[in-house]
Amino acid sequence: MTDQSLHPPIVNLALMPAMAPPADVRPGPVTWIKRNLFSTPFSAALTICFVLLAVWLLHQFLSFAILKAVWSGGREACSANPEGACWPFIAEKFDYLRYGAYPISERWRVDLTQAIGTILIVWLLWTKAPRRKLAAMLFFVFYPIAAFVLLRGVALLHLPVIDTTLWGGLLITLLMSIVGIVFSLPLGVILALGRRSDLPMVKAVCVTFIEVVRGVPFITVLFMANFMMPLFVPDYLTPDRLLRPLIAIALFSSAYMAEVVRAGLQAIPKGQYEAAKALGISYFDMMRLIVLPQALTIVIPSIVSTFIGLFKDTTLVAIVGIADFLKAIETARVDPSWAGPTISSTGYLFAGLVYWGFCFGMSRYSQSMERQLVRGHKS
Amino acid sequence: MPQAVCTPRREAPGESAVAVELRDVNKWFGSFHALKNINLSVPRGQRVVICGPSGSGKSTMIRCINHLEDHQSGEIIVNGKPVAQDLRKIDEVRSNVGMVFQHFNLFPHLTVLENCMLAPVWVRKMPRMAAEELARHYLDRVRIAEKAASYPGQLSGGQQQRAAIARALCMNPKIMLFDEPTSALDPEMVKEVLDTMVSLAGEGMTMLCVTHEMGFAREVADRVVFMDRGEIVEANTPHEFFANSRSERARQFLAQILT
Ligand SMILES: Nc1ncnc2c1ncn2[C@@H]1O[C@H](COP(=O)(O)OP(=O)(O)O)[C@@H](O)[C@H]1O
Ligand SMILES: [Mg+2]
Repeated sequence: MTDQSLHPPIVNLALMPAMAPPADVRPGPVTWIKRNLFSTPFSAALTICFVLLAVWLLHQFLSFAILKAVWSGGREACSANPEGACWPFIAEKFDYLRYGAYPISERWRVDLTQAIGTILIVWLLWTKAPRRKLAAMLFFVFYPIAAFVLLRGVALLHLPVIDTTLWGGLLITLLMSIVGIVFSLPLGVILALGRRSDLPMVKAVCVTFIEVVRGVPFITVLFMANFMMPLFVPDYLTPDRLLRPLIAIALFSSAYMAEVVRAGLQAIPKGQYEAAKALGISYFDMMRLIVLPQALTIVIPSIVSTFIGLFKDTTLVAIVGIADFLKAIETARVDPSWAGPTISSTGYLFAGLVYWGFCFGMSRYSQSMERQLVRGHKS
Repeated sequence: MPQAVCTPRREAPGESAVAVELRDVNKWFGSFHALKNINLSVPRGQRVVICGPSGSGKSTMIRCINHLEDHQSGEIIVNGKPVAQDLRKIDEVRSNVGMVFQHFNLFPHLTVLENCMLAPVWVRKMPRMAAEELARHYLDRVRIAEKAASYPGQLSGGQQQRAAIARALCMNPKIMLFDEPTSALDPEMVKEVLDTMVSLAGEGMTMLCVTHEMGFAREVADRVVFMDRGEIVEANTPHEFFANSRSERARQFLAQILT
């Protein structure tokens, strides 16, 4: 009896209609601002402080870089203006920043190489482009040869050989980065697979390499490549002075890449390997078709972070005497004929913008890639 | 439609009449004795249901058959070929033995159709067109033809498991191994998967199936194998096994799962 009155039976025959949410939880910009920016007095104060700070910083930047900057005229205009950037300086040095001391009459070769490279990279990275396999083939096989022939020159083809001591500027930075990126990923994958191998010797070699390289600063690796390689290798086999840091950067990033890839491999459930093996798929095909596509997708953000790190690390090659983009800025900046109050700031601002542009581009691309892949195979 | 693949398999000359044979198989995980002197012979076309308490070695046994686990002593002969250490021979054995897992293990980055085409294309070296036709045929057989272009993540558990069965069938296997194919499914999806398996059994496929679905065992099994603590305790026809199991362990087990 008492039970009945405490817990009356519930019988609900009518279907409850769906209703619109009440106004204060309805999604919309006003609700969002109220909830996220002005929810408490403290949060409102913080919001106002940060908005003011952002406005002030933006104003400072714009006034230096645009509003008060010198846009035309020559050295005199710049030395008279201590308030804003000196863009004529960048305009005059622009070619030097791009090519270094590469002979002026041959600079079309650099332009051509970079144009072909840009087309191939866009073709390769644009996921909806047709025949991307062909693009990959061209980029990884044809392009390195073409770039070598064009940049360095082959006397037989009436392209005079340009000594690598003359190369410089953005050309060097891009060359270092692209070679580093293109080699570090496959090398990293091989090292990561080796590290997880069942064969003790393969595993030992990979672990030793990864741990030694990761335990040493990049500058040390650069010095070793530059000064020690010639000691171990006979003279006629010693790689070119530009090739040595290239090898160093590829090997150095591959050790980091290996750890990134390993993290991805660890995230793949055992069931995926078992399903592949149970179908009779060979180790090579299993890795290529099933494990790596999934593992690499998971770690795209870290892979791109490593690429970005590599791109910025290329500035260190200046230490072994290679005139990369930042080094070119340094050289241009101290040109006595351009002595002005804002020459250095302008140079560094420009360098920062260029590096930021490339890195931000890579970062955005990886984010759009992630979104596409997530949309691709999750509901 | 590829006719050859749907006709019941007749015994080809030179093909052994015994599909799977285990002789005195022992397996240790470290020092843990997981399989103890297993002897089992499965003639071609026979359907065997394997049951037993959790941890009794059922998965380990059927995983030894396609060498997902290695055994330390004894012999395992599949389709007349010993399962040995040689990697190339193992791939050959595996490509003729289909396996269906508890957790489906579909490849999430590939569509259902691509999941089914993968092994025919890369292991059997089949042209893509033929592989696609084959895959569509089997997807139709397990009744998810309309899901061919979906990714596994977009399917229900039952549909995923049927896709996994289709993927295994695309290799045209002589033997199918099932490791608790319905245990990870919501109750309302168990039937659709069991129905698929029943129809497969009706075509004369050799099947070894670890399952606790005793209704399925009664309906299609030629033999029920009961395992406990790494050994085969009893193997008998379903009727005999359910009506008068001879061992105390089997009776206890049945009492537990049938109530
Ligand atoms: N990889 C492994 N390492 C160590 N022990 C294992 C491993 N796999 C299974 N075992 C052990 O072997 C026994 C049998 O396992 P399993 O064949 O999965 O049982 P079942 O499938 O019958 O539930 C269990 O006691 C389990 O703990
Ligand atoms: Mg099990």
